Amino acid sequence: MTQAIELQSVTRRFRNDNALEDVTLTVPDGAICGLLGRNGAGKTTVMSLISGQDRPTTGQVLVDGEDPFENEAVLSRISFVRDNQRYPDDYFLHHVLSIAPEFAPSWDGELAAELVEGFRLPRKPAIRKFSRGQLSAVAIVLGLASRAPVTLLDEPYLGLDATARGLFHDLLLRDLGRHPRTLLLSTHLIDESDSLFDHVVLMDRGRVVLRAEAEEARRLAMCVSGVADAVQAFCADYPVLRSHSIGGLRTSTITGRLDDDARSRAATLGVQLKGASLQDLAVAYGSGDSLQDSSKEGISA
Amino acid sequence: MFTGDSPIYQQLAARIADDIVAGTYAEDAAVPSSNDFATFLHMNPATAGKALNVLVEQGVLYKKRGVGMFVAPGARSQLLKQRRADFPQQFVHPLIREARAVGIEPPELAQMIKEEYIP
Repeated sequence: MTQAIELQSVTRRFRNDNALEDVTLTVPDGAICGLLGRNGAGKTTVMSLISGQDRPTTGQVLVDGEDPFENEAVLSRISFVRDNQRYPDDYFLHHVLSIAPEFAPSWDGELAAELVEGFRLPRKPAIRKFSRGQLSAVAIVLGLASRAPVTLLDEPYLGLDATARGLFHDLLLRDLGRHPRTLLLSTHLIDESDSLFDHVVLMDRGRVVLRAEAEEARRLAMCVSGVADAVQAFCADYPVLRSHSIGGLRTSTITGRLDDDARSRAATLGVQLKGASLQDLAVAYGSGDSLQDSSKEGISA
Repeated sequence: MFTGDSPIYQQLAARIADDIVAGTYAEDAAVPSSNDFATFLHMNPATAGKALNVLVEQGVLYKKRGVGMFVAPGARSQLLKQRRADFPQQFVHPLIREARAVGIEPPELAQMIKEEYIP
């Protein structure tokens, strides 16, 4: 499978801080990839690099095999709207919609109109007076209607109501079915978007801690809960990513396959066992008490 | 909609198989496309495609190139046979484990099943 997006050992340094450190990731052509991680993990920096709005300090960024920086041919194939995108003060919605096609050769006005209506975006007031949810909706209109072969959606859910989130999923999947493209989507609402992804990249403090096919990632870890002693006995043979105790009860997220062996041990010890969801994994890696060794190396599958 | 217990594509394949057994999709009738399932269930299109392909490999569905996926002749009886074969493991074992745990003896259990079965 060819790679739509490729980052090879990318480091991005701002003054003395490494926003990204040795980041390597790939997104195959046509994939829907979730970019997960806590605030400050480096997700928006990754998207800025992919969209050619920034350059790596060291390492290489490739989109369709080419460096996107100041590369007009590649940039015309990328759509990226930042989560904190600013618009000129006197801009109304119609200004944005009329200027968008100039940046997006595959722009679809009908889809844009359908999204605007579904999100109930107002013609007035000026965009600078829009609420957080309305700004997110504008970003989604631009992201989807541009039909860019490589579409980057940065926190598209911020402030969106439940109806709008459902509408976003509906129209995203419908339009992707008709016009396949590569999608990289960053989000904190992991449970809600979980089933959309076929690939996931999990970042923490500027590093990639996990990259895998989503189906594979969901089988990498499990959550054990029950009486503390029994949970600790169960976890003895596994690397523990995160533990959480209240009173005599304990829940641990551990790496390892939820197989028949694990099930029968759990039954013997009287602990509850479930596969870790992507959200469980993100929480475990983001909680800071994960194994230093394994998080430095990262795991991939 | 989907649980974390088994891969999503397996859960969707199982759901389609259940619908075939229930008669929702008749033999030689079309099943929805992977994009239809993806949009309807808010899931990844490639994952939905994988579920359909699993059923093709099992001979439950067949492909017509450029047209779609269809229920294979004999799919329903094949699936019914499979479900009967899975019945002890899926339903009888857990039932007996729970009966043992709460101290229900076989005659009492048999009586309960009989009463439930014949309303």
